[in-house]
Amino acid sequence: MRLLINLALGVVFGIGLVLSGMVNPAKVQNFLDVAGTWDPSLAFVMIGAIAVTAAGYAIVLRLGQPLLEPVFQIPKKTDINAKLVVGSGLFGIGWGLGGLCPGPALTSLLLGATGTLVFVPAMLAGVVAGTLVVRALHKPQTV
Amino acid sequence: MTEFTPLSSLAGGALLGLSSVLLMLFSGRIAGIAGIIRRAIMPDPNGRALEALAFTAGLVAAPLVYSGVTGAGVPQTVGENLPVLAVAGLLVGFGSILGSGCTSGHGVCGLSRMSARSIVATGTFMATAAVTVYLVRHVLGG
Repeated sequence: MRLLINLALGVVFGIGLVLSGMVNPAKVQNFLDVAGTWDPSLAFVMIGAIAVTAAGYAIVLRLGQPLLEPVFQIPKKTDINAKLVVGSGLFGIGWGLGGLCPGPALTSLLLGATGTLVFVPAMLAGVVAGTLVVRALHKPQTV
Repeated sequence: MTEFTPLSSLAGGALLGLSSVLLMLFSGRIAGIAGIIRRAIMPDPNGRALEALAFTAGLVAAPLVYSGVTGAGVPQTVGENLPVLAVAGLLVGFGSILGSGCTSGHGVCGLSRMSARSIVATGTFMATAAVTVYLVRHVLGG
């Protein structure tokens, strides 16, 4: 049941990425290219996604707990630190260079472009490296 | 040039929101794709790796479902400079984990919660991405 729900929600998310145009790196890069061939479409993706999520969270988070788990796992960290800013900065450089972020990269896999087939393994290697670095940074503390 | 598509982009965004809300309703988790990938390939005790893998499989299968239902193809232009794409992939994977989130976790779920960390993260990656595209297209002439 849990697996089927996650599978289905992954499909819905991926169809959202396809329909919105996020899965097209050219469209993403044109959104980021305010000084050139600007395509404001992705602002509408953000508006649609945030409107639904903000309204839905407001309702769902009023429940005592999720339907299949004992607790909501909402990030509790509030500090703005170097890790957050440096990580996000590096992420943005990669996003600008390739026009793909993690969701659209996975949803692009079966479309089979050579660039995607290079990007995705590199991204997975980056996730592994990032996880090892974060785990090493956290080791001395008890967070 | 790519065509301006406000309606399909708005509808696609709404689907991203729907998936995010339902994941919170059922599993109590943020729909951050970088985090879901991390839980799938670098399991930790509380990570529900199989569920993360199932969500990931859904993302991969989505274009087949989309094309099967609508009969439409998926328009896509991916870059062809493979060394650049390898570097881009590394930065996307590494940066999103170090920064605790990507476009979905910070840009959608975090902004929806008005999280200060996500507002800073989203502002940062939007800025570095826009500067990167500016440099590549207008300074280096790529």
